[in-house]
This record gives sequence, structure tokens and C-alpha cells, in this order.
Amino acid sequence: MHDITQDICRQVEAKPTLAWLVAFAISVATLLIGSVALASTWWYGIGVWGLNKTIGWAWDITNFVWWVGIGHAGTLISAILLLFRQKWRTSINRAAEAMTIFAVLCAGSFILMHMGRPWLAHWALPLPNTYGSLWVNFNSPLVWDVFAISTYLTVSVVFWYVGLIPDLATIRDRAKITLEENPLLPTDTAEERKAKKAKRRPISAFMYGLLSFGWEGGAKVWARYEYVALILAGLSTPLVLSVHTIVSFDFATSVIPGWHTTIFPPYFVAGAIFSGFAMVLTLMLITRVVFKLEDYITIEHIEVMNKVIILTGSIVGIAYITEFFVAWYSGVEYESYAFINRAFGPYWWAYAAMMTCNVISPQLFWFRTIRRSLVWTFVLSIVVNIGMWFERFVIIVTSLHRDYLPSSWAMFYPTIYDVGDYVFSFGLFFTLFFLFAKFLPVINMAEVKTVLNSTDEKAKKDAEQRIREEQKQTETETVG
Amino acid sequence: MADSKLIEKHKYMVGIYDHEEKIIKAVKEVQKQGVKVHEVYSPHPIHHIDTYIGHPRTRIPIAAFLFGATGMLLAIWMISYMLAVDWPMIIGGKNFLPIPTMVPVTFEATVLISALGMVTTFFIANNMGPGKKEAMFDRRTTDNRYALIVDLDKNVAKSSEEIKVVLESLGAEANPKIIER
Repeated sequence: MHDITQDICRQVEAKPTLAWLVAFAISVATLLIGSVALASTWWYGIGVWGLNKTIGWAWDITNFVWWVGIGHAGTLISAILLLFRQKWRTSINRAAEAMTIFAVLCAGSFILMHMGRPWLAHWALPLPNTYGSLWVNFNSPLVWDVFAISTYLTVSVVFWYVGLIPDLATIRDRAKITLEENPLLPTDTAEERKAKKAKRRPISAFMYGLLSFGWEGGAKVWARYEYVALILAGLSTPLVLSVHTIVSFDFATSVIPGWHTTIFPPYFVAGAIFSGFAMVLTLMLITRVVFKLEDYITIEHIEVMNKVIILTGSIVGIAYITEFFVAWYSGVEYESYAFINRAFGPYWWAYAAMMTCNVISPQLFWFRTIRRSLVWTFVLSIVVNIGMWFERFVIIVTSLHRDYLPSSWAMFYPTIYDVGDYVFSFGLFFTLFFLFAKFLPVINMAEVKTVLNSTDEKAKKDAEQRIREEQKQTETETVG
Repeated sequence: MADSKLIEKHKYMVGIYDHEEKIIKAVKEVQKQGVKVHEVYSPHPIHHIDTYIGHPRTRIPIAAFLFGATGMLLAIWMISYMLAVDWPMIIGGKNFLPIPTMVPVTFEATVLISALGMVTTFFIANNMGPGKKEAMFDRRTTDNRYALIVDLDKNVAKSSEEIKVVLESLGAEANPKIIER
């Protein structure tokens, strides 16, 4: 167990590595470049985007839905898999939850951006005001969105932080031991003092002491802690499903052909898990190499996650086909046109990209060698997220660009500000992720220790069996 | 440790164990020999050990339910008041009190208040909070050791020597330290 503590605390306690510094510098640079675009958007207004009278909603909402979708995997892994008692989740849940929070923050930044006047953002909340009071419209899915996203962000942060506390206490105690075991004595020589001082970590002791909330790890506290984790998981499970359902309502409750479909909620939720898992894979493959965590994030973990990608990718594929079928079967000519235009109109290339990346590429994971290959997984995880971005773009822009009046048909061309604001969200996401990866334990030590130490009979028998087999092997080797 | 602070100081014996199974066995055996266990500290949760020690069952789930119910009622009241009482407005030809459109916000408020209320209760019950100082018996218990704490002032039937022998016989580190607080 001490090895687990060592392996995971190492990256928190050591000086930052060159790889981390380079990655962090790139992220901050991206964030700064994006901030220029963001500042311009706020200064000049959203007229700087490529929107026009026909297409009044494009990259801003595409990016919002894309980021929220990515933000679904973390809570799914930590909540639903906790309820299903999937023990493999322990080594990835912490990083996945962190990723969730950062992705939801990026999504939130797009909500603020496309309000146009972000300083009036509080108007979306039901606050008393001097206009009457004129309250928000609770019939509007956009108001539901405000509640859903802010609740999701808050509960995710709480869930993540409660899980972090025992591990923060571990780091705190490791830092405080260095202070307590080496008291500086008046009899110490100058060299002894220097050596002792080099070992001390007073800033860590203070900071992690502050953050760990006075955690002691008594049996009574652990018992409560486990109930809190279980109930938070129980609350988060319907929450995570509700959030993307409500996001899909933004479109589904409208009367635009191509948006007005009842299949949207399950289809969006599956797509969200699909893209979220892909993003978790991208990040975990980088993290395990940078922080040498190959023993914790194993090929088995990657394989299991790839299986989830096949499942959700296939659900998304079925949803695409169902949508098409229903558009024809409904007999509504506007609906049929919206879908034919999607596949064969001027945006056929976006539709083709979506179909290739989301429906065809994950099917490669049926092959065991591809599922267990790091390179394939890395490439495909990025391909899936490109595809999921195109999915949102296709749904949003192709449904809008040819409306009922052919004289107002138009195309959408992004401006440098559209791109710059998207770049900003990437900068924000990776800056936060690298800060997290450096200063907080990326793997839940307490949970890994529980699983390792499980008094579960089966685990014990398996371990005994393994030891016996190893002994046999060494015997045969020595005989040979 | 809030309760022990109010009364005079107690002496605690700290038995350190290096394996989960050892401490579970130790807790059961120590109690069988008539020594009351004060608390067990571990780097990870040990299932059911609180019941072996004799801690009462936690009431956190009740708090979570009550907060959730409060959140739900608050949301229903808020939406009804704002849409139907304070400023009734016809929106899209719907009723003033459209039940289906109340569902999403009511659900989110239930979850939010339940989660926040429960976690706040958890912190208050454990006397935890930002910057709260911990009172560790042994700092290794957040790494790879388990501590079994015996309150010597509550176990006067046996001398500290006897308790020490019991703890050591069950695999504790030699010479368990005594901490007064």
C-alpha cells in the first residue's frame, strides 16, 4: 500500500518535469491567444461571429453541446459504475471527474459568450428585480438548461472534492511528517540544518492541511463518507442523464425540421457518453505516459472503455438511421427535406465526416488487437471527438441554413473570432487539467487501497491461485 | 474529538497494525476480552468495522432525504409563485401552472439541495471544514497503517500494561504509544 502512496504522490511532491512544463506552457499560450478572441467578442459583441439572419446559432452552441457532452463521462464513471460496483473505475474516476468539471466550465463559457452581454448573465436566474418583478420563463428549455448545467457543475465539484479529501490528507500527513520528525535543534550544525531544511515541505503542509478539511480517517467518518459517496452517486446518476436530456430539449422543443424529434434525449445522452469516454481515453493515455502510471491505468482499463465506446457508438449510429427513417416515414416534406439536405446538400461533407467518425470508426474496436492497441485507441479517441463535434454542427447548422423561404437560404462561414473562442476553450480546458494533474493526486489512492485490500473471498482466492501458478512456473523453470 | 475536548483530558493507547485483516481481527478480539475500542483509523474504508466497534448507524441518508424533499418543495413553491401568483402571464397559450414544464427545474433543485445539504451535514457532523486542524494519533494511518485506539480512562478494569499485552498479542507494533488529549 505504501507503494501506491509513493507512486501517486510522487508527481505532486516532486518538482515539475520538463514534459509537464512544456505542456503547461503550450496550454497557457493557447489560453492567452484565445483570450484575445474572447475579449474582442465581448468588446465588439457577437456580430463578429459568422452568423447571419438565417443561421443565428452555429459554433457557439455547437461548442457548448460538444463540451457538455464530454463532461458526461466523468460522472458516469464515478456514479453509475459505482452503483454497478465496477471496480476497474477506481484508477480512472478521479481524472475523469476532473475532466468533467473542466469540460462543463468550458461549456459554461460558451453560454456566457453567446449571451452577447455576459455582464447581464444573472438575468437568467430567478432573482427579484425592479421590472415588476419580471421572472424568468420556466416554460423555456433555456431556463431549464441554466438550472441543469449549474446543478451539474456544483454536484460534480462536490462529489469530486469529497472524494479528494482523504487523499489530500495523505499528502498533508506526508508533508507534516517531514516537519515533525526533523525538528531543528539548537545543537545542529549548519550542514545538518541545511539537510533537514531541504527535506521539509512547509508550504505543502500548510496548503494541503487547509484543503484536507481536518480529515482524520476514523471508522465513524469513513462510514458516513461511504454513505455520502453512495448517495451522491445515486443523485448524480439521474442528474447526468437529465443534463443532456435538457440540452437536447433546447432543440427538440422547437419546431425546426431536423430538431423537432422525440429521439433526441436518449440519442444525445448516448452521444455524450460516447464523446466523453473518447476524451477520457485521450487524456488518460497521455497522463499514464507522462506520470508513469502504467501499473494503474492498464490495457485492461483501456479495453473496457473501448467496449463502452463500441456500445455508445452503435447506439448513436442507430439513432442517425432512425432519424432518417422517421423523417421519411412521417410524411412531412419539410422534415424529409431537412434530412436529405443534410446528407446530400451543400453540407454533405460534414455529414460524411460525422458518419465516418462516429458510426464506422468505433466498429474497428470489435477487433481485439485494435481495442488493446494504445496507438489505435489514441487515434480513434480523437477521431470520435472530431466526429461528435461534426454531429452537433450538422444538427444545428444544416437544420437552419435552408429554411422555409428559399430566398433566405444561406451558408455559414466561421470568422477568426469563432475559431478563436473555440481555441480559448481548449486553452482553458488543458490549463486546468495540467494544473490538476500536477497539484492533486490523479488517482484515488484510498479507493485503490480498498480494492487492493478487499477482504472479498474471490479476490483472495485469485491471489492465492496466482501465487501458486507463479511458484509452479518458477519450479518448472528451475527444472528446465 | 469534539466531545473529549469539552471534558478533561483522556489517555489513549494507540495500537498500530499493518494489515486490514489484522485490525478487523484485533477489534473483534479486543472487545471480546472486555476492552472497549474507542476508534479505528485507516487509510481506506473498512466495511462494517464501525458496527464491530459499536458506533451507531449513521443518519446521513435521512439528512439527504430531508434536504431533497425541502429542495423539491422550495422549487415547486418558487415556480408556482413566480408564474402563477406574482406575475401571471400567458406564455404560448399554456396554463399559468404548467405541471410538465415544472419537472426539469424541480428535479434539478431537489438534487442540488439534497447534495449540498448532505455534504454540509457530513462536514458539520465530522467537525470538518476548510483549514480545520486534524488531531492525528499517528500520521501513518493515511498511508499504510491502521490504528486501534483504546481510551484508557474508560477501560479502568484493565491496567494499561494488560491492554498493551492484548494489543501486541494481536499483531500490533511493539510498545504502543500513549497519547493524552
